[in-house]
Amino acid sequence: MALPLVTEECEAVIRAFSGLGGLGVDEKALVSALGKWRRQPEKRAQLRKSFVGFFTADGSFERCEDDYIRYLKNEFARFKNIMVLWAMHPWERDARWVHHVLHKPLPLDIIVEIACTRSSEELLGARKAYHALFHHSLEEDVAYHVRENYSNLLVRLVSAYRYEGNRINKEMATSEAEALYSAIKTPGVKKLVENEEVIRILTTRSKPHLRVTFKHYKEKYGKSIEEHLGDELCLRETVQCLDSPPKYFSKVINKALKDGADKNTKDALTRVIVSRADVDMKEIKEAYHQQYGAELEDVISKNTLGSYRDALLSLAGQ
Amino acid sequence: MATLKVPATVPSPSEDAEQLRKAFAGWGTNEALIISILGHRTAARRRAIRQAYHQTYNEDLLKSLDGEISGDFERAVLLWTLDPAERDAWLANEAVRKWRPGNRVLIEIACARSSRELFAVRQAYHARFKRSLEEDVAAHTTGDFRKLLVPLVSAYRYENAEVNLTLAKSEAKMLHEKISGKAYNHEDLIRILATRSKAQLVATFNYYNDEFGNSVNKDLKCDPKDEFLAALRAAIRCICFPERYFEKVIRSAINGLRTEENALTRVITTCAEVDLKEIAEVYQKRNSMPLEHAIKGDTTGDYEAMLLALLGQEA
Repeated sequence: MALPLVTEECEAVIRAFSGLGGLGVDEKALVSALGKWRRQPEKRAQLRKSFVGFFTADGSFERCEDDYIRYLKNEFARFKNIMVLWAMHPWERDARWVHHVLHKPLPLDIIVEIACTRSSEELLGARKAYHALFHHSLEEDVAYHVRENYSNLLVRLVSAYRYEGNRINKEMATSEAEALYSAIKTPGVKKLVENEEVIRILTTRSKPHLRVTFKHYKEKYGKSIEEHLGDELCLRETVQCLDSPPKYFSKVINKALKDGADKNTKDALTRVIVSRADVDMKEIKEAYHQQYGAELEDVISKNTLGSYRDALLSLAGQ
Repeated sequence: MATLKVPATVPSPSEDAEQLRKAFAGWGTNEALIISILGHRTAARRRAIRQAYHQTYNEDLLKSLDGEISGDFERAVLLWTLDPAERDAWLANEAVRKWRPGNRVLIEIACARSSRELFAVRQAYHARFKRSLEEDVAAHTTGDFRKLLVPLVSAYRYENAEVNLTLAKSEAKMLHEKISGKAYNHEDLIRILATRSKAQLVATFNYYNDEFGNSVNKDLKCDPKDEFLAALRAAIRCICFPERYFEKVIRSAINGLRTEENALTRVITTCAEVDLKEIAEVYQKRNSMPLEHAIKGDTTGDYEAMLLALLGQEA
């Protein structure tokens, strides 16, 4: 049986339902379709026949696919999520994100992101909020729920209270760059993510100090430490977040807007825009432009829909 | 409870500052005056006096003191005058620079203070030393001690009295397993000790005692020469019964079994505004002698007078 031609009208509604990709749903277009198609059930029938993925033929009618209903739930909820997160206290936001990561199958780099891109006071605030919300300390839960190799690194990252002044010790930065190189290049019995010296340097030194260390590393060894870390999960994110949050965040955003991104990767877009809107949005846009040659606002406009898009652009705009 | 005695009416900070300046004036120093003022003022007052002194004489009070007094007396006055958080930061920095496995200062600060107090110490450390406390501890300690101490000083324990008994049981069993297997530096052991709330730890150790017949510390005593085990035991005692821990430190210092220098000064100055009363009570019970007597017998001169003032003796 030949598939019916999809009319322009139908395609518009399919797009509004997030059926052609993009994050969020176009609420206005959906509401206007309600109005336009009044007393025209054949238009709805045509939609159901054209909207492969949402509906599937089942005998004498088209039924909904459960998977798509779940997918739609997420897409409709993007606007709700961004608004609730925006209203929430940043400390509660961060505490809740860490808690989610520990209790659901979510990538550990969210913990790295929070531990390394927040200021020392903001991280302390998240720990206070965690006490109040979950009746445990943040580090207690990270230590308990993250097992094996990554536990030590992550516990130390979330427990850090880094010095925030600009004073650095150049000789120390130099010698620690060398120590990092030696740890990376010399395969030990334990994995790199458990290496005591690597952990010590990355989890206790101040951020200005580490930036000088990374700079020296690149000058001395020709490649950035990030490149040498290759595929090392968590360690690579740690270095990226400590070195330049805007660069890191622009990468996360880029991944979220790619085709075929999974749910967690897509959710990162909301997380980044909401948590950075008041912090370094300008720098993230610059970094995005530098890395991908496009304006972040344009890319968001093209790849998101409805109120969700409007919310993102409001936060990411001037 | 504090042993510090403050007079009913206290002169203004600038009056106190003026009197202190007089104590330094001319030849010699009026130590008794220094003790009678500083030894009877709260932390907030002492801070105000330092501010007033600095405003009027354009010099830090502690710097002036440094030029006028010395030895144990100076150390006691310096430590006492500092804010609690600054004091702990100062002591921590000294401990880090002169690190030895037998040093207990970091353990005391990390385990006997409340979560909030420990965080205030970390803030004071930033301000004074331009580095983080954990950075220095990590850089100056090695091996098992670093594995234990860095998490301890970085902890921000939940402070409520809630206890999860199921968890206490399972973690007591885990501890017993690791201790029996002599895996004292095992990640799980350190994780439990360094991250659980104090109430949860007390419940865990109680269960351990009930279930396995020995207290945790008894089982950790199997090698009396092992410094790491001693550190673990000290941490546990600071968490569970700080007053008994500090009584022992004072007792060892007074009996001349000096495991550390300056222990007596440290305990008296850090506890006088907190729980020195309870510690003194434990001391009296255990040694059948009031702490004041023991101090009188073991110390002399201005140093003795300062310690006694902090113990609440009137001038």
